[in-house]
Amino acid sequence: MALTFQQFLFYAFAAVLVGAALGVITARNPVHSVLYLVLAFFTSAALWLLMEAEFLALTLVLVYVGAVMVLFLFVVMMLDIDLAALRAGFTRYLPLGLVVAALIVWEMASVLGPARFGPGRVAAPAPHGAGYSNTKALGETLYTQHLYAFEVAALILLVAIVAAIALTLRRRPDTRRQDPARQVRVRRRDRVRLVRMAPERRPAPAASEPGGRTGTEEA
Amino acid sequence: MLENYLPILLFLAIGAAFGVLPLMAGFVLGPRRPDPEKLSPYECGFEAFEDARMKFDVRYYLVAILFIIFDLEIAFLFPWAVVLDRIGTAGLVAMGIFLAILVVGFVYEWKKGALEWE
Repeated sequence: MALTFQQFLFYAFAAVLVGAALGVITARNPVHSVLYLVLAFFTSAALWLLMEAEFLALTLVLVYVGAVMVLFLFVVMMLDIDLAALRAGFTRYLPLGLVVAALIVWEMASVLGPARFGPGRVAAPAPHGAGYSNTKALGETLYTQHLYAFEVAALILLVAIVAAIALTLRRRPDTRRQDPARQVRVRRRDRVRLVRMAPERRPAPAASEPGGRTGTEEA
Repeated sequence: MLENYLPILLFLAIGAAFGVLPLMAGFVLGPRRPDPEKLSPYECGFEAFEDARMKFDVRYYLVAILFIIFDLEIAFLFPWAVVLDRIGTAGLVAMGIFLAILVVGFVYEWKKGALEWE
């Protein structure tokens, strides 16, 4: 069976994707895990591109690699993680984790298994010409047929904003801060008071005290 | 359509080679004299004072999360702008509602002071 170039690319990217996904869960250093996850996102973007879903592929790179993973990296690099404490409960949580993993595998297999999915069930989409714009096709269906889902997406984003603020925003009454508006509005007479006073008479050299005291007290 | 992306594939291949080949060359050709001191942390000649990991204020993440949400909003604007001449007034109004809902969230975070840095 001869591989076409596209098939070769698919298998190459899929192999890198599986390797990167394994790296995410086996790397000892969490920063390395995040970097493997970035690689996994890149390769899945390449796979989506092979399916001619160019807008989704570029959005994956833009939003997930560009923003979400940078946030993850930020959290993982800075966070005060004690790896020994994280590993302490490993054997205790192992049975529950295995049950959840088996459930996920069963769910995905029942949806993506050969009974419902695959070349026999779902016909492969026809390849498009060079002038085809996936973004245009997406826009034409998203803003006409799937309008309701689109507005629901706005509501989900709104809920995410409110939830993020409610969970993480806390005031700190003890911090000192500057109010630039008040700084700009200040006038000279609010800060400086000119006092007219008679010149000071220098005391005789014999009675002089250690320096530093004379000037400040009478000012 | 995929032939448009051939330059990017070539770019990926060359970029990977550009990253991997010098490392491999250094690994193969360079002298190897391992020393534990070469891997020890270095802090201006002192022993390292403390770990690099520390407790960070959660508000850094708040700013980042708010950024991501509006980043996603922008992602919805791209296909809309491309097909605006075909979807007509209905599409315009739809995006108006979408943005209005998100402006509610923006006003909320503004009034709540989430964008202020104390």
